[in-house]
Amino acid sequence: MNNAPADTRATREQVLGWLDDVMDPEVPVVSVVGLGIVRDVIWMNTHGDGVMAGGTGSAWLQVVVTPTYSGCPATEVIAASIRESLRGHGIANVEVATRLSPAWTTDWMSPQARDALRAYGIAPPMERVANADGSQIVDIAALLSPDARVAVPCPQCGSSRTRLLSQFGSTACKALYQCNSCLEPFDYFKPH
Amino acid sequence: MTEDAKFAKFAKFEYLLRLGDNCLVLSQQLGAWCGHGPALEEDLAQTNVALDLLGQARLWLSYAGEVEGKGRDEDALAYLRDGAAFRNLLLVEQPNGHYGDTVMRQFLFDAWHQHLLDGLSRSSDPRIADIASKAAKEVRYHVKRSATLAIALGDGTALSHARMQASLEQLWPYTQEWFESDPVDDACAQQAFAPAAASLAPAWRASVEAVLARATLTIPHLIGHQRGGRQGNHSEHLGHLLTELQFVQRAYPGARW
Repeated sequence: MNNAPADTRATREQVLGWLDDVMDPEVPVVSVVGLGIVRDVIWMNTHGDGVMAGGTGSAWLQVVVTPTYSGCPATEVIAASIRESLRGHGIANVEVATRLSPAWTTDWMSPQARDALRAYGIAPPMERVANADGSQIVDIAALLSPDARVAVPCPQCGSSRTRLLSQFGSTACKALYQCNSCLEPFDYFKPH
Repeated sequence: MTEDAKFAKFAKFEYLLRLGDNCLVLSQQLGAWCGHGPALEEDLAQTNVALDLLGQARLWLSYAGEVEGKGRDEDALAYLRDGAAFRNLLLVEQPNGHYGDTVMRQFLFDAWHQHLLDGLSRSSDPRIADIASKAAKEVRYHVKRSATLAIALGDGTALSHARMQASLEQLWPYTQEWFESDPVDDACAQQAFAPAAASLAPAWRASVEAVLARATLTIPHLIGHQRGGRQGNHSEHLGHLLTELQFVQRAYPGARW
């Protein structure tokens, strides 16, 4: 299947469909597409301009990925999983390119991914991060205001009587909560 | 290249080292708490912050190496520079001490880091703006955590309050060099690569005063302060830290896993 002729090249939708089976290694119920980190899929030719090469056989597929967190150790595993998956679908030449901007936000997480997280026992992000221009509000007093805290419902029993145990859980993208009703601890995928 | 253009390039390289070295050194310090935190949650939080900072250090140092154009990558810059070539602030190399010392150091730094990244996210250099915008989102959670802890410990028991007040007095003299400009800062501010060092002072001071007031802590009166980290004049602590950080690459050059 290597070097498939141009007319049989996989479409963007096909590739995204395949990548929807590539799971995040830290959260194995959410795919890299559902998480929103696959930003683009482009067939490239030797000129590197993204134009179809027209059957030269030298084209490769560029998968543009944006990292969740700068230091996320899953990034390299994700790149390897993407290459492996696409090789399985007959695409041998895959380049996983990193794009920093616009920075990843949990707003890009699909509704299905949010449901899958909840079913898995992780509370999905509650707030939209929204600011499209990337600007940040630097108001430390507001960050600390107890009124500003949103009640995060327990993914186990649905109770909204929960409390924050730690801003960081098992990974940087999650906070640790405990439910005051069923007493179970749970992870909360932080809005980012 | 004209002399001015040469200096602008040099200044950008130096400035990127400052950004990267702050993150790298602080990350290494926090990593030393791994397995030693006072509670499991704290251990996890501390190492997660360390990981964020390490990721940011990689982005800054990679770019620094590209700007320098002498073939040094992030690893060469992290592992093969001697202490005097490091450009981090003196605060981040101060010892971990007890947990309160680490929390206070982190809060003072995070509050500044958040305001700095906010300014850098509007840099005229798109790569700097991109990295800063990404990092700023991470640092929001760092400052949220360190400020919460500083308040909990400062406004805690008589013992925790006394220790936090002592930590603040110990560390405060290391916070003032951040707002002093040198020719590197001036060149970067002039090109709008970075906000002017002094411009961050009012916002930082306001944030810190608000949190320290809630922590029932008193900002010390300064008669003098420490400076020199960004120019490579470090305290004795940095060398010891680098011997651990750089050991493998120094003992086994080019080792990989």
